[in-house]
Amino acid sequence: MAEEFVLSIFRGDAEGGEEVEYHVPRIEGMVVLDAVHHVQAHDAQDLAVRWNCKAAHCGSCSAEINGMPKLMCKTRLDEYQGETVHIQPMRTFPIIKDLVTDVSWNYEVAKKIPAFNPGVAAPFHMQQWDVDRIQEFHHCIECFLCQDVCHVLRDHHEQDEYYGPRFMVKMAEFEMHPMDRADRIPQIKNEGGIGLCNVTKCCTTVCPQHIHITDNAIIPLKERVADRYYDPIRNFFRKLGGKDENAKQETPT
Amino acid sequence: MAQASQPGLNRPKTQAGKMPYWVEPVFTIIAFSGFVIYALWEVLFHNMGTYHNYVSPFFSPDIAGWFGLHILTALYVAWMPLIFRFSCYYYRKEYYRAFSFHPFGCAVTEPKSHQTRHYNGEWKINNLHRYTWFLAVFVLIFLWKDVVQGFIFSNGFGVGIGSLILLINAILLTGYTFSCHAWRNMIGGRKDCFSCTTTHGPKQKPASYGIWQRVSALNVFHGWWAWASMFSVWIADLYVRLLMMGVIHDVRLF
Ligand code: SF4
Ligand code: SF4
Ligand code: FES
Ligand code: FES
Repeated sequence: MAEEFVLSIFRGDAEGGEEVEYHVPRIEGMVVLDAVHHVQAHDAQDLAVRWNCKAAHCGSCSAEINGMPKLMCKTRLDEYQGETVHIQPMRTFPIIKDLVTDVSWNYEVAKKIPAFNPGVAAPFHMQQWDVDRIQEFHHCIECFLCQDVCHVLRDHHEQDEYYGPRFMVKMAEFEMHPMDRADRIPQIKNEGGIGLCNVTKCCTTVCPQHIHITDNAIIPLKERVADRYYDPIRNFFRKLGGKDENAKQETPT
Repeated sequence: MAQASQPGLNRPKTQAGKMPYWVEPVFTIIAFSGFVIYALWEVLFHNMGTYHNYVSPFFSPDIAGWFGLHILTALYVAWMPLIFRFSCYYYRKEYYRAFSFHPFGCAVTEPKSHQTRHYNGEWKINNLHRYTWFLAVFVLIFLWKDVVQGFIFSNGFGVGIGSLILLINAILLTGYTFSCHAWRNMIGGRKDCFSCTTTHGPKQKPASYGIWQRVSALNVFHGWWAWASMFSVWIADLYVRLLMMGVIHDVRLF
């Protein structure tokens, strides 16, 4: 077994740059972030890398490892036995330096999402089994790997048209909440741009929190958009009955 | 544009012990193309799909017969599962990846030809998937009738290889149809609050909650159901076709 790992890390900024090779002694159970820290401590003190928790909790250390968006602190190096490990910054966001990218666009999108709107003052009662389905969405650590891999943002640069998978998860979290009274469907369809997602599921593939982004958030939201906008029979009955079926149900007691 | 803004690898490297990213889309291309070619051969060149008590899923129900038509009879049936599958969320994933390279694989840069074309997202027509679900259920009812018929031979009840093939096919198609995302939405997914709809007090879980939970459990494997049922339809039809052509003989187990 090789006594060292060979890393090829992107060094550079918006002006350009290239990959530089580093050799790191092998330690059992080492993750990519450990090796990057070793490089920073011994070979390149000016290597820029963003990290906080080293425990797959803060979502800071996102990068592309051998071309695949991953958390550096959750990726073991022994998965790449005998290979050079290429480490690059996320490709969808503007680079600042080395492995650090400017993810602030995501925070701009986050501001556009109306806050949870319960209509009544807390405390209120809910059934646990009614909110179980949205627990999954709370696991998001905002690593933005899903945003990075989504071809709508990555290849087509539709940042002005589509909020991206992370914010569809956020929308689903509120939209499916039994106490939320806001009508989010028009925003999900229009400014949110859910129609740009073609359910190819790469967001789900890379999510380190194993959130079923496509199956449990995006597709159910697409179905709700279809309920409202693309279902002529439902529309007909809605008009006939003079009621909006999508209006939020009464507050539970 | 169809390029990431930052430099980097244009396709992920294959990790030791894992399948290269292109295996899945290439398999999809081969399997879908094979099935479509087979289906065209079956639909365009055959008017009958019945061998004694076995009916091929391509020819059931006998809609053409109801109207007294005798040519291209499979065509009157095949369009229903076709549009059901075409608008299925799982098949959408597969064909957007394999056939339109949007994207061919995760973190795989899209082809140069996408750089000059604006990406408009999904086809809106796919939003009508919910209607095709009812067509699929309509067909499925007849396939279950065919299963029963497949166990009733001229000399009474029996089990042949064909009966079992039709049975497995109907089970897989049922799993596929009832793990559908549109059905999952219809049966309860569109509700935010199940406890608000029950008349037995908020602690009582309504039936729709239980059904929605079961559908959700099936839905996790929707892709698996999709593939398995496509191959079972293929095998079931081929089996009946080969029997009709006299190439093989049915084996009666008892
Ligand atoms: S499933 Fe939709 S949101 Fe997720 S990566 Fe694909 S296109 Fe983007
Ligand atoms: S949904 Fe998953 S991949 Fe996307 S930001 Fe949250 S944790 Fe990261
Ligand atoms: S350092 Fe916190 S997620 Fe990797
Ligand atoms: S989503 Fe696949 S059949 Fe409806």
